[in-house]
Amino acid sequence: MSLVATLSRAPGDRSGHAVLVAGVLVAVALVTAFLSLAVGPTGFTPLGALRALPGLFSADGAAGRTAEAMIVLDIRLPRTVLGLVVGAALAMSGAVMQGLFRNPLADPGLVGVTAGAGLAAVTVIVLGAGALGAVLGGLAFYALPLAAFAGGLVTTTLLYAIATRQGRTSVATMLLAGIAIAALAGAATGMLIFVSDDQQLRDFTFWTLGSLTGASWEKVWVASAFLVVVVAVLPTLSAGLDALLLGEGEARHLGIPVQLVKRLSVFAVAAAVGASVAVAGPIGFVGIVVPHLLRLVIGPRHAGLLPTSALLGAVLLVGADMVARTIVAPAELPIGIVTAILGAPFFLWLLLRQRSIVDL
Amino acid sequence: MLEADAISVRLAGREVLRDVSLTLVPGEFTVIVGPNGAGKTTLLRALVGDLPPSAGGVRFDGTRLDDWHGRDLARRRAVLSQSQHLAFPFTVHEVIALGLRAGNTGAKNAGAGLIAGVLARVDLVGYEARFYQQLSGGEQQRVQLARVLCQLGPPVLDGAANWLYLDEPTASLDIRHQFQILDLARQHVTAGGGGLAILHDLNLAADYADRLIVVSGGRLAADGPPADVLTGALIEDVFGVDASRVLRA
Ligand SMILES: Nc1ncnc2c1ncn2[C@@H]1O[C@H](COP(=O)(O)OP(=O)(O)OP(=O)(O)O)[C@@H](O)[C@H]1O
Ligand SMILES: [Mg+2]
Repeated sequence: MSLVATLSRAPGDRSGHAVLVAGVLVAVALVTAFLSLAVGPTGFTPLGALRALPGLFSADGAAGRTAEAMIVLDIRLPRTVLGLVVGAALAMSGAVMQGLFRNPLADPGLVGVTAGAGLAAVTVIVLGAGALGAVLGGLAFYALPLAAFAGGLVTTTLLYAIATRQGRTSVATMLLAGIAIAALAGAATGMLIFVSDDQQLRDFTFWTLGSLTGASWEKVWVASAFLVVVVAVLPTLSAGLDALLLGEGEARHLGIPVQLVKRLSVFAVAAAVGASVAVAGPIGFVGIVVPHLLRLVIGPRHAGLLPTSALLGAVLLVGADMVARTIVAPAELPIGIVTAILGAPFFLWLLLRQRSIVDL
Repeated sequence: MLEADAISVRLAGREVLRDVSLTLVPGEFTVIVGPNGAGKTTLLRALVGDLPPSAGGVRFDGTRLDDWHGRDLARRRAVLSQSQHLAFPFTVHEVIALGLRAGNTGAKNAGAGLIAGVLARVDLVGYEARFYQQLSGGEQQRVQLARVLCQLGPPVLDGAANWLYLDEPTASLDIRHQFQILDLARQHVTAGGGGLAILHDLNLAADYADRLIVVSGGRLAADGPPADVLTGALIEDVFGVDASRVLRA
């Protein structure tokens, strides 16, 4: 498709914008990922990263890599890829949830879904690690993301049931119920952490602020598996979520299988949140900032919004991780602090702009 | 053909619609009138399958509504609901495109031309790139109508009538656009399509309807040609006002 054809769609049709934005974001994501490979406590070493990259494809595998190549390929690369995957998952979970609840303020982090997933994950670690380890051995590794997924599924379903009456979703009920659920899950998580011993939990901050430390290829594969599931249901979802923005009745009249779309959305949100929480803990605000910014540029249609959200989320999280790694080097900030510092004021601004919607 | 067989609807434990039987045929523009809260919207929503009846059933072209596939139904009928709101910043083009995708025109490529055409029919030429939320109430209503018309397609396709359901389509329109919109519905029905609308203006209803149904207290109070239905006694009985103040001479 030529650039001219892309831009000269019918007036008011912004699907061309979405294609352009997606193209730009792919390029930006590649550059960001490369920068992330080049940045570390030792400074900015783009040449070192360039020298190391061909090693990925060398026949000898990991053997015989220089120290420099090992840092780039074995430490930074999995972390960067994990950042891309988690960022994409977070942003898409926000975009889908906002479509499902027909509200730009719905974000898994704000309304307790992330906290629910975190609680389930911590429960598995604290109460089940011994027993699970004995029974499952190496498979216990997968119990964690599955539990986080189940926790997300339960909280999203609960929240939707509470906030929706006769096809109408109450924003006030959603936000208030979300606050209660988040507080409850957070308190329970805190108690579990309190009674657990140090070996079971990597650290407290991981489950309260989120972090990409401890990235490994195993984590990348687990999170990617969930993400693939989410991406697989997107084509079915996007037309349905568009129509749902008119209301459930209207969507049905437009021939949308509303129940299926709702179930798939809840499922996709839970899968995306579960994946990101299990490997990176709760990282806030990506899910609310990214889709909102994109809606301003390309409009609310999900066929464009969901893929571009994934791309921008990936870029944003890898960028935030670079900041987290370097700003207090050689120490490291939890990435959740960085996203909160960027995201919380943005959320307040959004809240003020949308005050009429959330009028209690 | 649309058949309702002794349907009742309960809402929040209250029987809002009681034992209503109706048969609607294409080519006959049917208008429902009645006081606020009478059950007009409830009846329409039961007829399109939004509200499951607590008793009785609805058939569309001989098949129970429940047995229709949602997508097939969307190709055969379009529904304009009473209230319309949108949480996100859609352009007019994007709102109407939602109808285009669902409808039986299936013409994705003819999209732009089709949208411009349907905007002309509701007198909104050049509105494609405007934001829905920045339109006036009446303009928003006409955009929704354009979306519905886009979904609807021709009055008759492959020998089967397409149906248009309108819940108070003229509620926030000025008088010229009220005529214009009802003319559109009329043309659709005259050309062999099916049409059902809820209206409040008894004079408009009398002018446009082939058949007038009066709903009162959840029951059918009258059903027939407007001239037969709109008697002074009925107007006083159902609406509680003097007929001479309501009907034009
Ligand atoms: N969701 C609901 N739950 C409970 N009762 C309802 C609900 N919707 C409507 N009702 C009640 O059912 C009755 C019929 O309502 P309906 O909306 O069908 O009236 P209407 O004839 O369309 O009125 P209007 O002219 O105001 O549009 C009313 O008494 C109303 O209060
Ligand atoms: Mg009504």
